[in-house]
Amino acid sequence: MSERESAYDPDRGRIGMWLFICTEILIFGGLFLLYSVYRYKHSADFHAAALNLSRLDGTLNTMVLITSSLTAALGVHELRSGRPGRSRLYIACTLLLACVFLVVKAFEWGAKFEHGLYPGASHLLSLPPGQILYFGLYFTMTGLHAIHVIVGMGVFGFCLRSISKGSTSASRPVLIENATLFWHLVDIIWIFLFPLFYLIS
Amino acid sequence: MSESETDAEEGAARRREPGYGTYFKVWAALACLTALTVTSASLNLGKIAILVVLAIAGTKAVLVLLYFMHLRYERRLLVKLLVPIVVATLAIFIGLTYTDILYR
Repeated sequence: MSERESAYDPDRGRIGMWLFICTEILIFGGLFLLYSVYRYKHSADFHAAALNLSRLDGTLNTMVLITSSLTAALGVHELRSGRPGRSRLYIACTLLLACVFLVVKAFEWGAKFEHGLYPGASHLLSLPPGQILYFGLYFTMTGLHAIHVIVGMGVFGFCLRSISKGSTSASRPVLIENATLFWHLVDIIWIFLFPLFYLIS
Repeated sequence: MSESETDAEEGAARRREPGYGTYFKVWAALACLTALTVTSASLNLGKIAILVVLAIAGTKAVLVLLYFMHLRYERRLLVKLLVPIVVATLAIFIGLTYTDILYR
């Protein structure tokens, strides 16, 4: 057995990824903590500010990410079943859906910028303090989330190459499994971001 | 005796890997819950609105964790415990913060 094969421990790779996921949950958890305190203190302002967001865009992006999670999970399933071609197809679908998400997000942010709602804008600073806080949290949290989407896409791109080279396969699926674990985390974060920013009734 | 051993192993292997059916059912459940949370936003639920929203989001997250992220099929106890521990940590952070801000 070569040294590389004897060093391969799928459990170790997965445990490491889960530990990383826990740290990510804590990062966003801290931001959600901020959100919860400021929403409690400025609930009327948060409600008013949330009217600026498009529920349609938010719902669309939620379904896009949920579906991308499905395709990613199927990608893992196909690779573990020994069908790398289909696996790459599913990963490509995941990447496509991720692009759709980012495009929708870009349009959303663009619309905000046009209405003078960006950090430091004079219009934004003229709004009540609760609304300024809402948009600060909105851009920070959706921005940090979008960075995670981009990183996830990069990892999947790396995964595609690895599968075609044969370094990731049914017997060594750790890379794609960890990549999809990260992607599902990105999905879960959005599952909480969506109602808290878009669905304040 | 060897047959029942391999049967048990096969059963364990099946439990270790969800199939297309499971994945699609979870996707459908997530889609329904999304529709539910969007419609609940247009109802005027007042004070319990945030609880309803968090409950639905929590359910969706649990579904993703259990089935997409394979926690339901996970053998290692350490991995199964990590997320509940982190969630409990967050609950303590947020809960204790509220014991402060509620009374300022």
